[in-house]
Amino acid sequence: MLLEVRDLYVEFRTREGIAHAVNGVSYAVDAGETLAVLGESGSGKSVTAQAVMGILDMPPGRITGGEILFQGRDLLTLKEDERRKVRGARMAMIFQDALSALNPVLSVGDQLGEMFVVHRGMSKKDARAKAIELMDRVRIPAARERVGQYPHQFSGGMRQRIMIAMAMALEPALIIADEPTTALDVTVQAQVMELLAELQRELDMGLILITHDLGVVADVADRIAVMYAGRIIETAPVHDIYKAAAHPYTQGLLDSIPRLHHKGRELYAIKGLPPSLLDIPPGCAFHPRCPRARDVCRTDVPPLHPVAPDRRSACHFWKETLDASHS
Amino acid sequence: MPPILEVRGLVKHYPLTRGVLFKKRIGAVKAVDGVDFELAAGETLGIVGESGCGKSTVAKMLVGLERPTAGQILYKGEDLAALSGRALKAVRRNIQMVFQDPYTSLNPRMTVGDIIGEPYEIHPEVAPKGDRRRRVRELLDVVGLNPEYINRYPHQFSGGQRQRIGIARGLALRPEIIVADEPVSALDVSVQAQVVNLLERLQGEFGLSYVFIAHDLSVVRHIADRVGVMYLGRIVETGTDAEIYDHPTHPYTQALLSAVPVPDPDARERRERILLTGDVPSPTNIPSGCRFRTRCWKARERCALEVPALAVPAALHDVATPARHRSACHFADEKHIVLGGA
Repeated sequence: MLLEVRDLYVEFRTREGIAHAVNGVSYAVDAGETLAVLGESGSGKSVTAQAVMGILDMPPGRITGGEILFQGRDLLTLKEDERRKVRGARMAMIFQDALSALNPVLSVGDQLGEMFVVHRGMSKKDARAKAIELMDRVRIPAARERVGQYPHQFSGGMRQRIMIAMAMALEPALIIADEPTTALDVTVQAQVMELLAELQRELDMGLILITHDLGVVADVADRIAVMYAGRIIETAPVHDIYKAAAHPYTQGLLDSIPRLHHKGRELYAIKGLPPSLLDIPPGCAFHPRCPRARDVCRTDVPPLHPVAPDRRSACHFWKETLDASHS
Repeated sequence: MPPILEVRGLVKHYPLTRGVLFKKRIGAVKAVDGVDFELAAGETLGIVGESGCGKSTVAKMLVGLERPTAGQILYKGEDLAALSGRALKAVRRNIQMVFQDPYTSLNPRMTVGDIIGEPYEIHPEVAPKGDRRRRVRELLDVVGLNPEYINRYPHQFSGGQRQRIGIARGLALRPEIIVADEPVSALDVSVQAQVVNLLERLQGEFGLSYVFIAHDLSVVRHIADRVGVMYLGRIVETGTDAEIYDHPTHPYTQALLSAVPVPDPDARERRERILLTGDVPSPTNIPSGCRFRTRCWKARERCALEVPALAVPAALHDVATPARHRSACHFADEKHIVLGGA
């Protein structure tokens, strides 16, 4: 296994109290595999990724438990300088907002080249040539002419390509993409996802795709982990979950999205709001919004029950849910 | 019945100048470059397009936040530009707006009651002073918020609740038309459905007409009766939702629909993606002829020379097919796009 997150806990100290952002998350990604981590804002999907990447703001953040095994080593026990060698070279991250992730006062060529200077000890001149090669590879037209330009001189889609180029530069084993196309228009989004998938195949990388978009997940993922209030509540191969959900929250999400191919009647709406991380409901965190909630849901935290091979659901009534969503 | 709202040849150009003392006009950002549409009473017109296509500028002109460079906006046949004073104010009352971002469109220093009641300061004839609190409570109830929250501040609400506040404010003057600019795109999926349902319920309850502007094609299909697809300041194709989604004839609409990720992994193999090359051209430098030709796989010489009119394509004139709707392409032709589902 390329990456294995085991029972991870992350909390944040805030003025109002302790926010429990990640509450026992486990997931794994293999080389060449795409794992989609799906969740709404505040579900803990990005915080988990930041912990894996080692870019969590600490303080106020704190990892209070768990292991992050990357190529067999627990990253949480590494010293910062060892960690830095892993980050960028063997795992890299792509962010939603390229404009704020790129340095505005350095040319694109310098930023791409820096990867090779720092991690590979290349000369500036060789690094420049590598930068142009990378820009070509992510299909930025006229790479040689544009290598000296600054991020603001590129369009949103092109900036995202530059960020992908930067992440790919040292051919990492794992890429974490946090909402990589959310800020882009659909036609550009399609180009960028296509590029990402192609490079992943070529380099046989593991990809963790963090998103709120059930459409993007269906398009590219092999497996999916659905997060709610800092926990994974359902995980399954992507084809299974769209056929029938084994958790009422997943089911609710699938029912609440409007479809492109037909008009449909009134949308199903999950009632209420996601909980505050300062005050997560006892028992199953979803119970105040759940149409299936019974007494046990208010008191007992549901474990991730095995539902099928490679498939789990954290619902006391996963069987009922699954049967109902099949029909 | 005449349409409740009609837009003819609507144009908005922002001048580009150089120099401080002797400002020289060196060009213009052609944000909206000739838009026509009609809105029937009780209907929802969806306007879709990517960022920079001019859809938000259209919205702003409809509610009077921007003045058109050219063209007409007719409310029940009356040209807004010809009205002034009391008559204009009366029309404005009937066209209200709901904004995209519920975080920046509500004044953080005002209570919810003051925010929703503020329109009455400008139009006191709608609700006499003594009656306003009661009206605001009623509005809170209508949009599904607890009327007891009247004295709270925006930061005490979630994004979805704030959007309900914005909708309540839009309803305060009992308008006939609501212009909603990306009203659900800042919301989480589970909350988005609540707000979409609310908008549909309110439409039935108050007989509202909507201009619904969004980049999310699935949401627009769900809510709109008719759809206009915008590209670089113009509507390139328009028709009923079924005509546009199931029988698109403009290459841009086809590319747009084929690019939307659909929540159906089985569709992966069945779908053919039309990947457009390059980016949208700058609105300061719009291509000659058809403005889409620089990214179009069908483009030929004619496309650079002749601006295609938004009209029913000649080849489809006498055929009874849902593809027979207006499309601004010299080579308009139906193409089936797999949109998911079985």
